[in-house]
Amino acid sequence: MAPVSLDAIIKEFELEKITDFANSQDIQISVADVTRPGLQLAGYFDHFGPDRIQVLGNMETAFLDRLSPEDRYQRLDALFEKGIPCLVLTRNHDASKELIECSQRYRIPILRTEDTTATFISSIVKYLNVELAPKTSLHGVLIEVYGEGILILGESGVGKSETALEVVKRGHRLIADDLVEIRRVSDKTLLGRAPEIIRHLIEIRGVGILDVKELYGVSSVKMQENVNFVINLELWDENKTYERLGVQEETTEILGINVPSITIPVRPGRNLAIIVEVAAINFRQKQMGYNAAKALTDRVFGSAIQS
Amino acid sequence: MVSKTVLFNCDEALQMKAVAVLIQKASTFRSSIWLYSGERRANAKSLLGVMSLGIENAKDLKVTAEGTDEEDALKTIAAYLEKPEF
Repeated sequence: MAPVSLDAIIKEFELEKITDFANSQDIQISVADVTRPGLQLAGYFDHFGPDRIQVLGNMETAFLDRLSPEDRYQRLDALFEKGIPCLVLTRNHDASKELIECSQRYRIPILRTEDTTATFISSIVKYLNVELAPKTSLHGVLIEVYGEGILILGESGVGKSETALEVVKRGHRLIADDLVEIRRVSDKTLLGRAPEIIRHLIEIRGVGILDVKELYGVSSVKMQENVNFVINLELWDENKTYERLGVQEETTEILGINVPSITIPVRPGRNLAIIVEVAAINFRQKQMGYNAAKALTDRVFGSAIQS
Repeated sequence: MVSKTVLFNCDEALQMKAVAVLIQKASTFRSSIWLYSGERRANAKSLLGVMSLGIENAKDLKVTAEGTDEEDALKTIAAYLEKPEF
């Protein structure tokens, strides 16, 4: 798990720097949580997590305003002394003289946003959860077909990129080719995106590197997408039996999450793009509660019982 | 699975070509070969993947190989990264 630098957070949330010690690149955040230090300002420090971003909103500011300057300095000093990464003022509150003194004494930056405290906290926790999530990179292609994020995995040269290109041509979107960075953003959700250097590029053997966004336009690409479904492409193996009905539930494990998956055997003459497309629709239909294979089973065995 | 850490050593101007030849070399083996640079990793048989690592001259790279010809693959790829010739 790589920590996030304060610099990245300042850029992402367009925070205003009230005090700046040119150290925001070195301050690293590694917990996806923030603290409103109400109890801490009142003097209670048990269970305090000093590695979290501290947020001062209406309530904390009003509390500090009520104190005498000496008292205010003392309480803020106790908070800064713990080695907090930074302090954020919401709703464009002004920083008191004592706050700035403490900041300078410990070289801890004070930042400011015009957002309300609740909005700021929920968006920064969401951002940190994504950035700090466990991640891995897989060799595959991530596309979005009818709103479903589909990850195509398979050996080199099995035809992943070619399939992606045709799927894009049919009006769906490419997220990543060749290398997909996947993060586990919650216990149920995987988020995939491309490394920035190769974003929206695709390599087709014999043609070379293509820029899908330049060739097919913005509507053919997407920055990131959840991984809802996995398609494993493999060369047709005569000795293996492949799923014919689609009753069995197959899953592929990624970062500890079991993602529904299917295995498609590749043979010259099979139109993979249309198979991927229909697999996506079929997956959606199953999610909505209809399973064609089950319906067929019911029809066959249902009628057998009747006659 | 076998692995080895090597120092990539290549003249700046030749890097694109060096990567292209690396992919060709890796693709001749049946084993799955991965390159690690910092916390990123990429399949050595995928051009875009290797490009995304942003390999620079004099950078440490870990190579791993797994499969029927892993020893051979690791030896060839590691030797090539240390002294690219094409």
